[in-house]
Amino acid sequence: MELVCPAGNFPSLKAAVDNGADAVYLGFKNETNARNFSGLNFSNNKLERSLAYARDHNVKVFVAINTYPQPEKWSQWKLSVDMAHDYKVDAVIVADIGVMDYAATSYPDLALHLSVQASATNNEALNFYHQQFNIRRAVIPRVLSLAQVRNLIDKSPVDLEVFAFGSLCIMSEGRCHLSSYVTGESPNMCGVCSPAKAVTWHESAGRLETRLSDVLIDRYEQGENAGYPTLCKGRFDVNGKTFHILEEPTSLNTMELIPELHAIGIKALKIEGRQRSPAYVAQVVKVWREALDSFAHNPEQFLVRNEWNKVLADVSEGIQTTLGAYSRPWQ
Amino acid sequence: MIPQVVKNNKLPKLSLGPLLYYWSRDKVFEFYEQIASSSVDIVYLGETVCAKRREMKLPDWLQLATMLRNNGKQVVLSTLCLLESQSDLNGLKKICNIDGFMIEANDMAAVQILSQLQLRFVSGPFINIYNAHTLNILVRNHLLRWVMPVELPKETLQGILSEAEDLEIYNQFETEIFSYGYLPLALSARCFTARAQNLAKDNCQFICRQYPDGLAIKSQEGEGVFNINGIQTQSGAVYNLVAEVGEMTRMGVDVFRLSPQSEDMLTIIDMFDQARHGNIQTAVVSDNNCNGYWHKTKGMMNHV
Repeated sequence: MELVCPAGNFPSLKAAVDNGADAVYLGFKNETNARNFSGLNFSNNKLERSLAYARDHNVKVFVAINTYPQPEKWSQWKLSVDMAHDYKVDAVIVADIGVMDYAATSYPDLALHLSVQASATNNEALNFYHQQFNIRRAVIPRVLSLAQVRNLIDKSPVDLEVFAFGSLCIMSEGRCHLSSYVTGESPNMCGVCSPAKAVTWHESAGRLETRLSDVLIDRYEQGENAGYPTLCKGRFDVNGKTFHILEEPTSLNTMELIPELHAIGIKALKIEGRQRSPAYVAQVVKVWREALDSFAHNPEQFLVRNEWNKVLADVSEGIQTTLGAYSRPWQ
Repeated sequence: MIPQVVKNNKLPKLSLGPLLYYWSRDKVFEFYEQIASSSVDIVYLGETVCAKRREMKLPDWLQLATMLRNNGKQVVLSTLCLLESQSDLNGLKKICNIDGFMIEANDMAAVQILSQLQLRFVSGPFINIYNAHTLNILVRNHLLRWVMPVELPKETLQGILSEAEDLEIYNQFETEIFSYGYLPLALSARCFTARAQNLAKDNCQFICRQYPDGLAIKSQEGEGVFNINGIQTQSGAVYNLVAEVGEMTRMGVDVFRLSPQSEDMLTIIDMFDQARHGNIQTAVVSDNNCNGYWHKTKGMMNHV
């Protein structure tokens, strides 16, 4: 299985390549990708240097152009596709049907991967994108159980990539407007969920409060671990009880599923985290490389080592990990 | 032949969107019998949120569809938003193959199936159409009407319609705007209503039946943030564009969608009926309303 790793900037790309990535994915410095954070992503000259570094190490480069252009901004998405083609990247990760049509019509040789933001969870949806735009691979939303992924592979017209590790989106990606409802900025259009400029931290009566826009997301007692305020991980009141109604602050970790993911025919494993530090990328890629190599070397005896789990747990949001929707009881 | 849609400042239509909640069969029948004599022109029928909900079987929906059509309504059969299994797909295919009714596609699976069958369809608000290039591809695949994604503002609608003129497809589709009700904002594998009662989804006991208009999520300061409805998360405030009906009509919007709620539906329909006839005296915008998305700001804002 191919290990696809996040590159928010050149140091992260280097960390991913040096620690055993088979492919890296990155975005341009604008709204055309789903991690449009200030200080992240690649301008032209950085991209050239990064491509050279990856190629020298036989690592593929995928470019995410996976947000949804509004009419007045169409040319920016078009230019981004042109640029990805001109740089001869290994694939473009796309979500918008108009963008896919432009890419497939203009550059039939440019490999297209269906972004998780397109939210394809079944083989008929995959057939649409495959027949219309000849997509070669699809990244599957984090809403399917392992049994459902297995059934999907049996009928899928294209290779499938799944999320292996990182922040856990609990909603069907590309179809979640929670952040725009509260902050006015849409992940689908601007490429940012819970934008930093909408976040405030405030100490009041010995408790730490986090807000997104003006909405109270959580309150922490002294000594409690405070997390970055995202709406789906907030503590809210429902029926008079206060708890994490949507999800606890937690990360997805599927390392124990490596043998099963391999057995059912998953083509690639994706590590989330273009917004995280180069140190995070280095640590996570390193242990995943070790785990995949260990599995390849001796599949029958594969066991997740404690030291790998420790590394992953230490860098996880909320210092806990979950199998998420892959495990039916989570749902 | 691609049908031409006539757009000469005619009276916009009112539609009743699909019922998003889980009501008893009796309640559903009683509700739509009232709708039959209301002023809505189009009624969307069917389960769009959760495949486990089985109070209403397909023949029940078809019985209502026939009754409403006999009362002069255009009936559209709505389909699931999130399809995760082969049985979900089988259910979808069954609906797509029913003769005599147009289908609302709420996932690309339905778009694919209907396009293969060469049947005209409506795309629901969870089909991501953010520009006319996308609309163009879907029109080529038999889309007849689109419901704009709920988070898009009036400027984007204007942009899409003028881009559609440039692409020479403006007369080939109708535009419908979600205009009243709790906004569907997100879909998940997890059932939040079951989670709120500490129940697993596989043993949910159909707990969502207890909440005919969803279950409120409030901040720890008591502010309404969201409304949960099974695997769907909705807005905490009711979206209300009644004050924008005149402007939407001038922009070329063909249909205003009102989302079913358990109380006062006929009053809401009447309010929009008055508004589309130019009488906004009866228009009521309450404290629990929002309209921010239309005004290109936070969805939860109420812009006056």
